Amino acid sequence: MRIQVAINGEKHEAEVEPRLLLVHLIREMLRLTGTHIGCDTTHCGACTVILEGRPVKSCTLFAVQAHGKEIMTVEGLEQDGKLHPLQEGFMQEHGLQCGYCTPGMLMTSYALLKKHPRPTEDEIRWAISGNLCRCTGYVNIVKAIQYAAAKFAQGGA
Amino acid sequence: MAPKTSPEVGGMGHSLKRKEDPRFIRGKGTYVDDIQLPGMLYLDIVRSPFAHAKITKIDTARALAIPGVLAVITGQDLAKYNLHWMPTLMSDTQMVLPVEKVMYQAQEVAAVLATDRYTAADGVDAVEVEYEPLPVVVDPRKALEPGAPVLRTDKKDKTDNHIWHWEWGDRAATDRAFLEAEVTVKEDIYLPRIHVASIETCGCIAHFDKVSGKLTVWMTTQAPHAIRTVFALVAGHVGLEEHKIRIISPDIGGGFGGKVPVYPGYVIAVAASVLTGKPVKWIEDRMENLQADSFARDYHIAAELAATRDGRLTALRIKTLADHGYTDAAANPSKFPAGLFHICTGSYDFQAAHVEVDGVYTNKPPGGIAYRCSFRVTEAVHTIERMADLMAHQLGMDPAEFRLKNFIKPEQFPYRSALGWEYDSGDYTAALRKAMDRIGYAALRREQADKRARGELMGIGISSFTEIVGAGPSKHFDILGLKMFDSCEIRIHPTGKAIARFGTKSQGQGHETTYAQILAEELGIPAAHIQVEEGDTDTAPYGLGTYASRSTPVAGAAAAMAARKIRDKARKLAAHLLEAAEQDLVWEPGKFSVKGAPGRARTIQEIAFAAYTNHPPGMEAGLEAVSYYDPPNLTYPFGSYICVVDIDRGTGEVKIRRFVAVDDCGNIINPMIVEGQIHGGLTMGLAPALYEEISYDEQGNIRGGSFMDYLLPTAVETPKWETDKTVTPSPHHPLGAKGVGESATVGAPAAIANAVVDALWHLGVRHVDIPITPAKVWKLLRDHGVTE
Amino acid sequence: MIPAPFEYHAPTSIGEATTLLARHGDDAKVLSGGQSLIPLMKLRLATPRHLIDINRIPGLGHIREADGVLRIGALARESDLEESDLIRTRYPILLDTSKVIADPLVRNLATVCGNLAHGDPANDHPATMLALGAEVMAIGVRGERQISVASFFTGPFATALRPDEILTEIRIPIPPPSSGGAYLKLERKVGDFATAAVAAQVTLGESGTCERAGIGLTNVGPAPIRPGRAEAFLQGKRLDEEAIKQAARLAAEESQPIADLRGPAEYKRDLVRVLTARALRRALERAGAGR
Repeated sequence: MRIQVAINGEKHEAEVEPRLLLVHLIREMLRLTGTHIGCDTTHCGACTVILEGRPVKSCTLFAVQAHGKEIMTVEGLEQDGKLHPLQEGFMQEHGLQCGYCTPGMLMTSYALLKKHPRPTEDEIRWAISGNLCRCTGYVNIVKAIQYAAAKFAQGGA
Repeated sequence: MAPKTSPEVGGMGHSLKRKEDPRFIRGKGTYVDDIQLPGMLYLDIVRSPFAHAKITKIDTARALAIPGVLAVITGQDLAKYNLHWMPTLMSDTQMVLPVEKVMYQAQEVAAVLATDRYTAADGVDAVEVEYEPLPVVVDPRKALEPGAPVLRTDKKDKTDNHIWHWEWGDRAATDRAFLEAEVTVKEDIYLPRIHVASIETCGCIAHFDKVSGKLTVWMTTQAPHAIRTVFALVAGHVGLEEHKIRIISPDIGGGFGGKVPVYPGYVIAVAASVLTGKPVKWIEDRMENLQADSFARDYHIAAELAATRDGRLTALRIKTLADHGYTDAAANPSKFPAGLFHICTGSYDFQAAHVEVDGVYTNKPPGGIAYRCSFRVTEAVHTIERMADLMAHQLGMDPAEFRLKNFIKPEQFPYRSALGWEYDSGDYTAALRKAMDRIGYAALRREQADKRARGELMGIGISSFTEIVGAGPSKHFDILGLKMFDSCEIRIHPTGKAIARFGTKSQGQGHETTYAQILAEELGIPAAHIQVEEGDTDTAPYGLGTYASRSTPVAGAAAAMAARKIRDKARKLAAHLLEAAEQDLVWEPGKFSVKGAPGRARTIQEIAFAAYTNHPPGMEAGLEAVSYYDPPNLTYPFGSYICVVDIDRGTGEVKIRRFVAVDDCGNIINPMIVEGQIHGGLTMGLAPALYEEISYDEQGNIRGGSFMDYLLPTAVETPKWETDKTVTPSPHHPLGAKGVGESATVGAPAAIANAVVDALWHLGVRHVDIPITPAKVWKLLRDHGVTE
Repeated sequence: MIPAPFEYHAPTSIGEATTLLARHGDDAKVLSGGQSLIPLMKLRLATPRHLIDINRIPGLGHIREADGVLRIGALARESDLEESDLIRTRYPILLDTSKVIADPLVRNLATVCGNLAHGDPANDHPATMLALGAEVMAIGVRGERQISVASFFTGPFATALRPDEILTEIRIPIPPPSSGGAYLKLERKVGDFATAAVAAQVTLGESGTCERAGIGLTNVGPAPIRPGRAEAFLQGKRLDEEAIKQAARLAAEESQPIADLRGPAEYKRDLVRVLTARALRRALERAGAGR
């Protein structure tokens, strides 16, 4: 089937099998490998992307379902060479170690801050409860997201 | 302790932001599955549903009929090249693909090679295998009973399932101490099988170039050089010699020990690439990862402690059954099949101790130490900390006071334990007292008394652990004969920048930053100017890799030693440039100056330039050095953790209210990174304590073989860890640093378990095995008549 | 983790969708949120030859009250419920339920109607809908019909839906004043199915006694359970501790849990007792607050 998907503002066309998972469209066909695969039962969230403004697990969607829709991946965070405050926050607060869960965390927290610009720590932990991390113990991921929220609050976006 | 270098230089003690982060925050890391090569094929694996069965037929016709399926590889195919069996890292043998029978559920049975991932999966579905089930052995005790089915029929003359017996310590003195003891306590402790489950699973791309005869393998491996040598030893007879093998470990999404073993998938991918001349990619699914890759723990421990009536520990005696799965593939140092389990005297001054371990074969996947635990140290620490708490409670002593009474005292270091380890340094009292202050220990005990009177269940648990890391001195440590040194090679460029390569391999520990900081400390070259590389065996000096918290103690030391060699040459160059005698020069980070004339100086950058443009006669040009560091001893990080829990009497849920961790890893390279390691380690201590378990039913069917039932904590389950530190440098390490990657995973489970038992002690509960699930707690409450 | 091949259809009307379902019968499955179906397909435990994606059918995403009934459309996502002021203020029991389904990411796609139609006894909304006395609208090629939730769940992964029918709407009678409900779930961690969970909805009469009690139990039987004896016991009674505890014991007796990795049957049964009591207390609190 022929589908059209807009990713990070760029339109793409692809010929796909119905069963092609969205994450494989993104990684294999469009070569955007920032979105990762970490499990096979829809638990880990390493594959999180933003679909029409909502963070979703791209391993549990077919590419054909995204036809005509807009997707944002981690590659779309940096704009004109400027890092997003979340990306800055993750680096400033040591919110990543191996980096594998990081794109998923960035996408989920991007959507969170858009909806709830001033989340409490518990709200942050709740929002990222669909994203597993093995390295950081989540403490600094929370701090990274708080860093970005503070930056937005100061108008530094 | 203030850093010796400026923030611009960024030596030890600075919380430098990580140099590796820019690519990860942009999603531009290069993990194995990110790599695509022209003409690349995909490998997927057919796995056994049975734990023990003869293979009677493998029918590949339906699979081969699928367009895009190129081949189905079986054990028979590999047997032609004698590649169907290979050695394990413990000099046992393991199957790559079976010819006769399978020995664990999910074992690799055949491999499908196809043009794309989806076709390979269809191929796997279409391969038809017929099995004749054989009797299954899952209980290691039953495995040792006379008449039990013998699993390793491939081993000539093997008539049982016993692998090895190992013991250490003075049995006679220990038995005597127990006979004479005023008080003894005894407990059976089972540490179930768990799986490290890094978010990135294992995989590789094997690329054999038929023209050059060179094999390049991108691989999720923590030990690329060891892998290269093993491949050369195993496949040398089919033409793969070590100079024709290149292992590249790119970005790795977590290792924790799970990416040390050589998995069959790697070998099959290599074989497939050699046969076809095309790159072959194999990436395992999560369920394959959980069900077939190296596990950790599975120790059945019977422990005893002896003490005087007034609470002085005298002796320790432990007997353990180690369930290794169907082969011994744990990557322990070869002299120590039970790893460093004999650190089990812990932080206490024992007069006598004896420990024995028996390894057993069962119908389960092989492994044993892949979970951030430095060679069985978690098992050792969990045992001694549970037992210490048990003894304290039994004697009616406060568990903190009991520990303070029995700690090895600072003046006793270097301390030789009753089991032969020489602990380098420690101040256990300071760490515990700090933790007690931080958490408000006395107030918590008062609160507990109040709550108990009202029937509320609150517990406080302590774990005062001593770790043993940095394997290891060549006298005692080797893996498959390869000594456990590690290496650093530095080259300084004319403009004073540098490149340094190491024999280790970070999987998130931040080596690109921390190693640069060590070199910045030693040379005064800003860390930002030092490029650190690891993982490519064509360029990196030989090393044994990163696991068991050994990078800082061994490779970090090598970095310091190599830097000092460079400084020695730099001094000569400086003397030449300054026309002064070497002994009249004074070093401070970044420059040599003439004693008494600080204006007469040369920076390291000027010296570097001179090494290429103005070196003295008789001296070679260039400014580089390599060090292969053979550590004189291991290092002994330590700490005290205190955990407060509240137990829900209706549901059995254990809620961690607070957790304070005080760690001592000696001198700290990057405080931010150390803290991150502890947060992560604590979370991987929480997970086995309350959530994670892999078990098998009588037929060898796995329970907990997917993330549905193998429960990794999310941000909601994970407590808000509180961390602090003491600093007790290692006297033998060139930087006084000890390493910290695994301390928290080692120390935390006991703190949590002790807290739960402490909460329930007054009801008559003496011990609970981890994971301490709500169902387990409920049963205890129900049995003691105190459910809601 | 690669599904078997299938043919994909994206109808833009309910009529088109039901025609496709009728044509392909057992070879077809409806795709709405897909967060239960697609994981099964990836493990090849479900291998439908035809997938009928209803996500492009307009007019199905509503959550609104009309004619005495709260209507939740087929494409209302769990996260829509979580973010709805209407649900938060007037139907906290539904918010309780949505919040504990899977995780926040899954909830952005998972639909409430799908949570019922999938028929998994471990799903959470069935118990809540039982407690609320809800009905569902099913539309097939022969037209539409209303099915009471009490008779909707017929067994594990089995519902009263015919192969050509789509569950298009849930209808919950708007509870009278002095009503309150709560859903309490014990899960081993966020994202897990319930070890046990209980929905309780009560309406108090003028005299403060219980006029109606609805209770639903999750994952303690082959289908969601409505413990009728516990409900009947509460009828007309003052909801004091004694009554609540007795109702909780009755509910536990009516549960049929089996042992699994979440725990032994006796534990789950006792959880039903504990959670029923807690849910009733919370429902009562909320009923009082609404007074």
